[in-house]
Amino acid sequence: MKQLLAFIRKEFYHVFRDKRTLLILFGLPVVQIALFGFALSSEVKNIGIAVFDHAHDVTSQQIIQRVRTSSYFEVKDPVINYDEIEERFKEGSIKCALIFPPNFAEDLGRSGRAQVQIITDASDPNTATIVVNYLGAILASYQHQLNPTIQIPYQIIPQVRQLYNEEQNGSLNFIPGVIALIFMIVSTALTSVSVVREKETGTMEILLVSPFKPIMVLVAKTVPYLVLSIINLIIILLLSVFLLGVEIRGSLILLFAESILFIITCLSLGLLISNNTNSQKTAMLISMMGMMLPTLLLTGFMFPLENMPWIFQAVSHILPSRYYYIIIKAVMLKGLGFSYVWKETLILAGMAVFLLTVALKKFKTTL
Amino acid sequence: MEKAVNNKAITCKNLSKQFGDFKAVDQITLDVNQGEIFGFLGANGAGKTTAMRILCGLSYPTSGEATVAGFNVYNQQEKIKANIGYMSQKFSLYETLTVMENIEFYGGVYGLSRSEIKVRSERMVGTLGLTNEKKKLVGELPLGWKQKLAFSVAIFHRPKIVFLDEPTGGVDPVTRRQFWDLIYEAAADGITVFVTTHYMDEAEYCNRISVMVDGRMEALDTPANLQKEFNTNSMDGVFLQLARRAKRS
Amino acid sequence: MADVALTNIVKTYNKGKVKAVNNISLSVEKGELFGLIGPDGAGKTSIFRILTTLLPPDSGTASVNGFDIVKDYKEIRKRVGYMPGKFSLYQDLSVEENLTFFATIFNTTIQENYNLIKDIYEQIKPFSNRLAGKLSGGMKQKLALCCALIHKPEVLFLDEPTTGVDVVSRKEFWEMLKRLKEQGITILVSTPYMDEASLCDRIALIQKGNIMSIDTPQNIVTNFGASLFAAKATNLYGLLKDFRVDPAVDNCYAFGQYLHLTLKDDSNSETTLREWVTKKQADAFEIKRITPTIEDCFIHLMREYEGLTELNGKSS
Repeated sequence: MKQLLAFIRKEFYHVFRDKRTLLILFGLPVVQIALFGFALSSEVKNIGIAVFDHAHDVTSQQIIQRVRTSSYFEVKDPVINYDEIEERFKEGSIKCALIFPPNFAEDLGRSGRAQVQIITDASDPNTATIVVNYLGAILASYQHQLNPTIQIPYQIIPQVRQLYNEEQNGSLNFIPGVIALIFMIVSTALTSVSVVREKETGTMEILLVSPFKPIMVLVAKTVPYLVLSIINLIIILLLSVFLLGVEIRGSLILLFAESILFIITCLSLGLLISNNTNSQKTAMLISMMGMMLPTLLLTGFMFPLENMPWIFQAVSHILPSRYYYIIIKAVMLKGLGFSYVWKETLILAGMAVFLLTVALKKFKTTL
Repeated sequence: MEKAVNNKAITCKNLSKQFGDFKAVDQITLDVNQGEIFGFLGANGAGKTTAMRILCGLSYPTSGEATVAGFNVYNQQEKIKANIGYMSQKFSLYETLTVMENIEFYGGVYGLSRSEIKVRSERMVGTLGLTNEKKKLVGELPLGWKQKLAFSVAIFHRPKIVFLDEPTGGVDPVTRRQFWDLIYEAAADGITVFVTTHYMDEAEYCNRISVMVDGRMEALDTPANLQKEFNTNSMDGVFLQLARRAKRS
Repeated sequence: MADVALTNIVKTYNKGKVKAVNNISLSVEKGELFGLIGPDGAGKTSIFRILTTLLPPDSGTASVNGFDIVKDYKEIRKRVGYMPGKFSLYQDLSVEENLTFFATIFNTTIQENYNLIKDIYEQIKPFSNRLAGKLSGGMKQKLALCCALIHKPEVLFLDEPTTGVDVVSRKEFWEMLKRLKEQGITILVSTPYMDEASLCDRIALIQKGNIMSIDTPQNIVTNFGASLFAAKATNLYGLLKDFRVDPAVDNCYAFGQYLHLTLKDDSNSETTLREWVTKKQADAFEIKRITPTIEDCFIHLMREYEGLTELNGKSS
C-alpha cells in the first residue's frame, strides 16, 4: 500500500511539473467552454445586407428601417448599381441584398401587390435559408401592420414552446459534448502517454524488475487522471452555471456517478492503447485520431446522428461517449432521474467492465 | 558568384556561443588545413557539439569569426552546407530505404546528375563490398556496415570537408579500423576530415587534435607533441589530465 | 553453485531472422565481477533482459541466485538490481525523489542500506534537489547506480553503464564497482569498451550472439597463441599498406600510434624482425614485441570466428 501511495505521489509530481500537460488539463476546459459558449454559435447575427432602393418612398424606407433595427442584420452602405452588388458578394462584405423596384409604394397601393427581390449568398446554404426566413418574417410583420383590420377566414396559429431550452441557448447543446471530449483527452490520451513514457525512458524495465506488482503500475497511473478529470468536471460545471447561465436541473450525485463511470471507461481505453504502443507519439496519435475524432463527430453533439448514413450510426453505437452524452443531457438539462437512463447506464457499465478487464489482462509483464 | 576568402579548410578566431549567461563555446581559435585529419575531442558537455553546429552552418555564433571551406559562418551558411559532408552516430541513413535508394537520395540532394550518381554509386558499393546488398534495406545491415556506408555517402559529392560526429560509437574493433581505413583514403584524396571521438586510440590516427574543456580550447597540437607536453605515453593520459580540470562535471 | 547460470540460451527476433543470442552458456560465481564485452548488436542487452526475467528466451534455461528465470521469476525480481542502458531515471524528479521512490518500491528506505551507497551518494548529495534531467552524464550514472543498489540486491546487472559518459567518470565508476564487489554482491557488467575488460574478474567476449571466449582477462591474453608486435614509423599509413602486402605478415592493423601485427610463421620471428629493421626504408622505423591487450585478443578471435583473411575492408 505504501508503495502504491508513493507511486501515485510520483505521478502527481510528473503532472504538475510538466507545463504542457497542465495547459491541456486546465486550459482546455476553459477554452472549450468559452469557445462554444460565446464564439461558436449556430445563431446568426449581424449579417451584412445591402439595400438597393429604386423607390425611395415611405414604404420602402419603413421596411428598411425595420431591417436596420433588427439585431440580425447590419445594413451596409446603400448600393447604386447591380455590378456593385455582385462585387460586394464576391468580397464577402454582404451575405444578402434587398432590392426595391421603382414605384414600390405606388404598386402596392394601386394593385394590392408589390414585389421585392431578395438575393442571398447560398454558398453557405444554412445561413442563406435563415436570412430568407428572417427577411420573410420582417416583411410579413410589416404586411400585418398594413392590414390590421382584415381577417383571413381560416387561420392556424401555432403556439411554440421550446422545451428544456426556452431561450434557444445554442451553447447548452455543446456542454455535455465538451465534457465527453475533455474526458477523452485527459483520461484516454494523457493516461496512455503516461504509461508509454515509462516504457520509452526505460524506467518501466526497472519497475518490472522489482517486487512491485506490475498491475499496480496501471492502477497508480490511472488514479491521478481520475482525480483530475473529476476536477475538470467541476470546473466545467461551475463555468457553465456562472458564465453561461446554464441551469443544472438534475441530481448532482447522479451526474457525478455517471461521469465517474464514463471516466473509468476512458481510462481503460487509455490503458489498452498503452499496452500495445511503445512510443509516446504513437499513443498520442491513436488516442487523438482513433478515439477523439470519432467522439467529436459521432457522439451526436456536433452533428445530428439521424442525418448520417446507417454505417456511421452503427459505429456510433459502439462509442461509449454516445451513451454518456444521452445520459448527461437527460440528467443535466432535462432533470431526469435514474429510471430514465438505466438502459444507457447499463450499457456504459458493461463497456467499462469489459475494457478494464481486457486492459488489465493484456498488460505485459515482460518486454 | 560568391568566392572563398582563403584556402584553409576551417578557420576560427575567438569563436563564441553564449546562451544567456552560459558560455557553451568560449573564444576558441583554431585552423585546419586542407587534407588534414583533425580530431576534435572533449568530454560530454564541453561544447563540442555546439561548436560543430556552428561550423556546419546550422547555428549562428554569438561573437568571433569562423570560415569553413573559405565561407563565412555568419552570412554564407548555404555555401558552407553545399561544400561539406556530415555524418553522426545517431543519424546516418534512412533505415527504411534500401542502400541504393539512400545513395540516390543524397546524390540528388547535393545536386549530382543522374549519370554521375550511377557511376559513383556502382564504384562505392563495389569498394565497400556491398554489391550483393544493394537492394537491402539499410535497417537490415549490421551496424558496422551501416556506418561505413554512411561515411561513403557523406563524401559522395566530394565535399571539401567532412564532419564526423562520433562515427564509431559502439562498433566492434575490426569494423572501427575498417572505418578509419576509409577516412585515410578520403584524406589522401584531399578531403579534410573533422572528427570527434571518445576512443583515445582513434585520437592517435589524427594529424592534429584539439581538446575542449568547459567551452574553451585547452590543447591544440599533434598527438605526439601533446604526449610529450603532458609527460605521458598515451592520449588517454593527456585527456585524463585535461578532463580533470573541468569544472562543469 | 553458480550465482548466475545460462545454459544453451537461444533468442531470436523477427520470426527467427535475427539471431540475437546463439546458444550461449556461461556461469558466474557469487561475488564475482563479470564483464560481457562486445560491440553493439552482440547480444549483451538481450542476455541481461533474459536474466532479469524481462525477456523469455526461445530455448534454454537460466537461473539467478538459485531461482529459475521462468518458474521463479517473481523471486528473482525481488532480489536483483538492474540498471538498463540510458540511465533510466525520472528526469523531472529530483535526485532525492528518485532515490526515495525506488527505495519505497523495493520495500526499503534510504537509511536501511545507506552504508552500501554511501561512497557513491556522497558525491551527488550536494545536488539532492536538482532534477535528474539536469545532471551531467557522470552524475546520472552515479544516481542510477544508487537506485539499483538501494535494496541491497544479491546480483547487480549493469547494462552499458559507462556509455556516453566522460572518461574521468568512467574510471571512477569502475573503482566504485570494485568496492561493491568487496561487499559480496555478484556484479555483471556489459560494455563495448575493451579497455574496461581488464578491470573484471572474468570476462566473456561476445560477438553477434556468440561467445568467443570466457576466462580471466589474464588467461585470455596468455592464450593469444601468437607473438604480437608493435611497429611505428613517421608515415604510419604508408607502413600499414606496406605490411599488408608483406608475405610474412599474417594480420596488421592500426592501434593508436603503433601498428600491431602478427606473423604467419611465428618460429621465425627474430629473423624476420631483424631483416625489417635493416631493410625497411621507413623513416624512424621501430618494432618491438608486446603483450596483447584484450582488444587485440578480440580482433584475433573475431577473425577466427568470421574467417576473415584480410583486414582491409573486404569483410565476408
